[in-house]
Amino acid sequence: MTDKTTIILHSGDMDKLSSALIIANGALSMGMEASIYFTFWGLERLKKGGLEKGPLSRMNMLGIGRWMVKRRMKKANMVSLERLLQDFKELGGKIIACEMTMEIMGVKPEDLRQDLIDDYGAVGTYIQEARESKITLFI
Amino acid sequence: MAEIKVDVKGETCPVPLVETRKALRKASKGDIVEVIGTHPPSKEEIPMAVKALGMELMDVQQEGGVWRIKIRR
Repeated sequence: MTDKTTIILHSGDMDKLSSALIIANGALSMGMEASIYFTFWGLERLKKGGLEKGPLSRMNMLGIGRWMVKRRMKKANMVSLERLLQDFKELGGKIIACEMTMEIMGVKPEDLRQDLIDDYGAVGTYIQEARESKITLFI
Repeated sequence: MAEIKVDVKGETCPVPLVETRKALRKASKGDIVEVIGTHPPSKEEIPMAVKALGMELMDVQQEGGVWRIKIRR
């Protein structure tokens, strides 16, 4: 059986989403399977037009810090979140949207980028997958 | 047997690793994938990935800031 990485993305912060995608893409590149569970604030990033909208987790300063970090990321030639996400899907990564978050936040399936979502699940789905995973992270 | 070139010069984490994996996935058994890049950690990490994938690392070369890694699928 192939080794697996399972990530819960609870945060909607731009920098944390970026870390989650980089780790997941690294796992896929090194021959593992990978899935990301988008829950709570993380689910906001799966909304249509929401991917790049996250604030910086620290020193956001009403967007000034975020703007500065984005500029530096661009200068360092870091790829966009959209590109990271497309690579994740191309390498066979799975995206799971948390159903309870959808209910709490009043998010309808049509609000989300359904073309990217492989499955809708709850905690049981995560546990079932995490128990077979070599790496599991909560971001 | 095909020889596939992947140019990731100037690209940074995780692109060299991801592009290598993409090329290896598309390659057929026996094909050679040559990756050319400049991101220093990737020169160490691509061979790690090759090992984890059970493929053959044929050659690693460095010339100035540019490295070349040859992999047989």
